[in-house]
Amino acid sequence: MNITDKIFKFFGGIKPEGHKQISTRNPIKRLPLPKELIIPIRQHVGKMPNIIVKIGDRVLKGQILAEPVANLSAATHASTSGYVKEIKPMNIPHPSGLPDQCVVLETDGKDEWISLEKIDIENISVSNLLEKLKHSGVVGLGGATFPSHIKLNTNRIETLIVNAAECEPYITCDDMAMQEMTQDFVDGINLIMHILNIPKTIIGIEDNKPQAISKLNSVLSGSKNIQLKIIPTVYPSGDEKRLIYLMLGVKIPKEKRPTEFGIQVFNVATLISIARFINYGEPVISRVVTVTGALSQPNNYLALIGTPIQQLIKDAGGDPSQEVIMGGPMMGFKLPHTDVGVTKAMNCLLAVTDEMKSKASTEMPCIRCTKCVEVCPAQLQPQELYWHAKSKQFEKLTDDYKLFDCIECGCCSYVCPSNIPLVQYYRYAKSEIREQSKSSEIADIARDRNEFRLFRLEREKKERAERNAQRRAQVSDEDKKKLIDEKKAAIEAAMKRVAENEE
Amino acid sequence: MTSLDSPAIKKNMSVSVIMFTVVFALIPALIAQIGFFGLQILGNLIIGISFALILEAVCLKLRHYPIKPFLKDGSAFLTAWLLIISIPSSTPIWVMLVGLFFSIVISKHAYGGIGSNPFNPAMIGYAVLLISFPKIMTNWPSAEYFDFNNFLNFSQLFSMFTSLDVVDGIVSATPLDEIKTALFLGEPIKNSFSFFDQFNAYQIMSIFYLIGGLYLMIKKIITWHLPVSLILSIFLFSFILHQINPDVFMPSLFHLMNGATFLAAFFIITDPVSSPTTLNGKIIFGVMVGLITVIIRNFGGYPDGIAFAVIFMNIFVPLIEKFTQPKVFGYE
Repeated sequence: MNITDKIFKFFGGIKPEGHKQISTRNPIKRLPLPKELIIPIRQHVGKMPNIIVKIGDRVLKGQILAEPVANLSAATHASTSGYVKEIKPMNIPHPSGLPDQCVVLETDGKDEWISLEKIDIENISVSNLLEKLKHSGVVGLGGATFPSHIKLNTNRIETLIVNAAECEPYITCDDMAMQEMTQDFVDGINLIMHILNIPKTIIGIEDNKPQAISKLNSVLSGSKNIQLKIIPTVYPSGDEKRLIYLMLGVKIPKEKRPTEFGIQVFNVATLISIARFINYGEPVISRVVTVTGALSQPNNYLALIGTPIQQLIKDAGGDPSQEVIMGGPMMGFKLPHTDVGVTKAMNCLLAVTDEMKSKASTEMPCIRCTKCVEVCPAQLQPQELYWHAKSKQFEKLTDDYKLFDCIECGCCSYVCPSNIPLVQYYRYAKSEIREQSKSSEIADIARDRNEFRLFRLEREKKERAERNAQRRAQVSDEDKKKLIDEKKAAIEAAMKRVAENEE
Repeated sequence: MTSLDSPAIKKNMSVSVIMFTVVFALIPALIAQIGFFGLQILGNLIIGISFALILEAVCLKLRHYPIKPFLKDGSAFLTAWLLIISIPSSTPIWVMLVGLFFSIVISKHAYGGIGSNPFNPAMIGYAVLLISFPKIMTNWPSAEYFDFNNFLNFSQLFSMFTSLDVVDGIVSATPLDEIKTALFLGEPIKNSFSFFDQFNAYQIMSIFYLIGGLYLMIKKIITWHLPVSLILSIFLFSFILHQINPDVFMPSLFHLMNGATFLAAFFIITDPVSSPTTLNGKIIFGVMVGLITVIIRNFGGYPDGIAFAVIFMNIFVPLIEKFTQPKVFGYE
């Protein structure tokens, strides 16, 4: 293994206080089985799966509650055995604060598994494997929750990159998972390499995780095709495209996907869940969650999906009135409701600290100091984006300043001496632009439709004229003469009648 | 928007911190200035900055802006400081106040306040005074040597109230001014006087501006691009002229060490609002300010041309930025 290979440092980034030690003092903890689990049905990017259980059903641990309905969809499982108590829209951990369909599971304390089938990786076709994965509930557990079977449906991958950067302050779930579930983690890597026939893997890990690094070093010693690259702790090195650049020096623009460059990226927790599914048949029914921030005993928990987050916060020494951020302090959002269950996307629950509450918020004018430019990892001009977003010059934003290349990492807001909530301005501009292009699309369709109608009317008129002309042409000369004679006779007869009447 | 919108954490940095760090970096040069020219400059600063803050507050009130946070941002404080140290301390008080009025009210608030002013406020005030009162503005008190007694001569502190006009005899022209006169009279410069026998007040102050500027670079308040490009530009262009005709054009070192070269390089053109935001743009801006300064000093009607050069180049900032936009990640 070679760890001295070049690291390609990306432009910008920030070095905020990590606050990682507070949640890594103790091993990953498990809560006693909760009485009730609130399991949101859709926990992934894509189509809402189809609920196949009804109220009153007894379900087993790992049983499918909802089946994927399309390719871009994933299954949702029961996290323990029990009874389906309710199926209704409830609060979910989402920034919109809107409710979504959930299954309330009354646990029976038996924690009884369905019969689990491990997958014989040597004797299964890739398409069969992907179909099974679609029903495994495996999605990107780094927070994006993109269904993993789609990411595996490719065969041109030369490098697998493992995102073990965990660059957001406070979050330590991947760090702890790598330390305690090292074998599953490495199995996951080997399985993906095997499935996609990938010759080389690079694990990108920030240098603030010495225990995980030494653990991996000992496990990977002798492994020739898995390389550990230790990168400096700079936020946002865990952003997919920044990480790819760090590892390989390849810069991938917004509109391109890593697979087009022969690269696929998986997160630590996702790899572990893939290994658990293939080696043991276990679907995704739990995940490691960092519960940290303004709490007396911050910790990592292996929590069942659907565990009410208040139980985690209480166990970590918090109280129900605390404001909680889901995710890290840079990109996480404040939970609109705290009566929600753990989801696959929930890597961290961060109890808001006094420092965050007292964050200066008086927005001052931009003085063009370009501190934001110095830290923007997408190499954008945040002050120009702000200026044009504020003045609603959307065309300039998209064409000249590449607004949609913004990854909303928040570095610009973090350093802004004028306290401008820059990310919020960009989100606003993005949604306005999407809205505009949608309505202009509708207008385009309407215009096309009208143009087609005019064209159709014109065509019908022409066709009618042609038909008439054709009919006229088809009439023979003799017939014509006959017709004329008949008409003449009719006219004469009429004239005669008129003359008679006059007399 | 709530204060908990992402990101939830923020670096402890504000406009006030930036502005007052710059003021802090100006203090060594101020001490030198007092040592050479007397305590009057300190009195000028007290009176002038108070007046500038009052103007700022009135403008904010008239424009319906919250007074406290904007007054605290330190921009009016810094603008006033820069203007006051740029003009001779013997300047009559009302002249100084006219300059401050143009700096704060006309060049800043009339254009939309902090962040919106296309021209450097301190330089607008300075240019107005230089054009309107050229005699006063070019007559600096004579400063033969650094005198520690200057710090104790409190009678000087508010002498601007007693001497409402410049008294002949206690003033002398700056080195740049003498050169201008010599050039005008057609005298060969080498015979007129020698410059490097000992460091004069302006040269000492230049060194202190350099020190203050380096401090700002270490504190990451400014980047190297503007100061280095301006200094190298003045050095290069005056070097070329001196090579062409050493009898008429002064050597590079003279141009660097006299006049406002270092003050401008580290404290004037680094005003973020009125200078380009792109790195290449900063370099172009610095080089052009340097070129125009050398042209004005050697061929123009004023002994030092930095103020005019800065204002002139401020006009081009949007254009410079347009043509120096860097490539976005992945589009190189």
